[in-house]
Amino acid sequence: MFDLDLWREIFQSINKNRTRSLLSGFTVSFAILLFTILFGIANGLQNTFTEAFGTDANNSIVIYSGRTTKAHVGLQAGRRIQFKNEDYDFILDEFGNKVQYITSRVNRNVTAAFKSEKNSYQMRAIHPEFMFIENNVIREGRYINQNDLNNKTKVAVIGKVVNDELFLKETAIGKYINLNGISFKVVGVFTDDEGDNEERIIYVPLTTAQFLYGNNDFIDYMHLTYNPKMNSDQALAFGNSITRKLKERFKVARSDQRAIRIHNKAQGTKQVDMMTFGLTVIILVIGFGTLIAGVVGISNIMIFIVKERTKEIGIRKALGATPKSIISIILIESILITAVAGYIGLLIGVGVLEWATPSLEQYFIKDPGVSNRLVIGATLVLIIAGAIAGYVPAKKASKIKPIVALRND
Amino acid sequence: MLKISQLHKSYPIGDSSLHVLKGIDLNVEEGEMVAIMGSSGSGKSTLLNIIGMLDEADSGEYILDGLPIKNLTEKKAAVYRNKFLGFIFQSFNLINYKNALENVALPLYYQGMKRKERQEKALFHLEKVGLAPWAKHLPKELSGGQNQRVAIARALAANPKLLLADEPTGALDTQTSHEIMDFIQQLNDEGKTILMVTHEEDIANMCKRIVRLRDGVIMEDKKIKQVRAAQYV
Repeated sequence: MFDLDLWREIFQSINKNRTRSLLSGFTVSFAILLFTILFGIANGLQNTFTEAFGTDANNSIVIYSGRTTKAHVGLQAGRRIQFKNEDYDFILDEFGNKVQYITSRVNRNVTAAFKSEKNSYQMRAIHPEFMFIENNVIREGRYINQNDLNNKTKVAVIGKVVNDELFLKETAIGKYINLNGISFKVVGVFTDDEGDNEERIIYVPLTTAQFLYGNNDFIDYMHLTYNPKMNSDQALAFGNSITRKLKERFKVARSDQRAIRIHNKAQGTKQVDMMTFGLTVIILVIGFGTLIAGVVGISNIMIFIVKERTKEIGIRKALGATPKSIISIILIESILITAVAGYIGLLIGVGVLEWATPSLEQYFIKDPGVSNRLVIGATLVLIIAGAIAGYVPAKKASKIKPIVALRND
Repeated sequence: MLKISQLHKSYPIGDSSLHVLKGIDLNVEEGEMVAIMGSSGSGKSTLLNIIGMLDEADSGEYILDGLPIKNLTEKKAAVYRNKFLGFIFQSFNLINYKNALENVALPLYYQGMKRKERQEKALFHLEKVGLAPWAKHLPKELSGGQNQRVAIARALAANPKLLLADEPTGALDTQTSHEIMDFIQQLNDEGKTILMVTHEEDIANMCKRIVRLRDGVIMEDKKIKQVRAAQYV
């Protein structure tokens, strides 16, 4: 039910009392402006944290081996632990249901050459799953696949930087690249948004590397991601149980810190999670605080408005205004001022954030901003806030006795 | 038209209470023009407020045009006021940010009349009080006499059965007072029932009947020969 006359009355009242309406609107605008900027900055800080951890899977665990430092069950200290393919199978057998992706890795530094161009790069021999662990994006061609592993094919997937440096203006796909004297066919080019260093890499199938560089089944280390449904505490426990099992398998003392080592990202994830949680709580507290301050402010001003308009309300009642019509006028005026002023504050806040984004980057605030969902949510909250702010004054206004109102002049 | 019997009203003042109206009996027929007189504190304004449904009596009967006025909800009182009563106040009580036309149209708005019809009717009444050319002026741009005429037009707009005037000339100079009284007399000639509170003898003498109140009771109630205001204008 849209009552044009009611709105006309309200607009007239707002328009005729511009200073008053502007003042009450200003409180709300300012509250929302502060809220938006704070929220945006907090978002920016969060973005910085997220980015610091890169796009590598943040649920990854890397398992290294080294030399034992302690004698254990009759075995000397200083023994070298070497992972083999069977250890990869062991992990899968033991922890298959907790592992999302797993790959064995062999790393070598190689000199790569194509035609007259030559440079040294890191070569990583891997399983196909590594693509998901590292979050590589294939730009052309394909990644290493299971077929390559089975047949020990001599294929390579090269990073964008390798491609740019060696192939200059040629297409790399299908060409042969010389890695330490052995020719590999380039089947793919990948990018990685973590930057150049991650793109100066050449991937080859694990089995091929094992065959060519030693004809054994040695593994330098293993890299896996755990089931993302696990929380950081479960993930930490999972990491510990891997260490324990491997120590048993290799007859290493439990207290030996060097022979089997793991690097568990959950450690960092847990800290970031807690930091993010803390930040969110702070934002919410500050946000609600400012909003409540704004609502109290407008409520105050509406009470003042009602007081100021006591006589007018008395006149209206003497002329036949029902309590309901008085409530509507005050309530809708309050909602209108709150919503419009709040929205203006929101727009200014978003504008300020946009404008300040470039200069904020140096303070670890990246891409500060508020989502559309938040904007819609905030608008709804504003309307509700306006209603709450206006309710008490409106109720008060409806209880004004015309006789009292008309007397006080 | 108006029938009041044994009306009592008291106001609490601290622990005790002030008995303002002590059993008022009053009958007003249609077409009458009654002045209610009395010194301040005599209860005349309280009586007018009760008649205007702005206040409620503690006990007694009040029947307006056959309708008992008792235990009204706020909403019902608002509807009755709008339908039956027109108010004229000493201080005009116009809404200061609305122009003359909008002020006159306000009771019609509360009747739920359409905007266009409302404005036509309001303009008609403004014309009747001779202020059509000032329709778009705000109260502060009009003289006291003009403001009171706008207020009269507003009181008439809803076509009420009873016109209640609380010291309608109290804020005006003699000349303007006579003009306003002349106008109110014309309304009465046309058949409107008018009830007026005043403490000025000459204004009271321009009505057809004077009711004198003292200490909450009616001292005197007599019909008089009306003095026409037109002769002074």
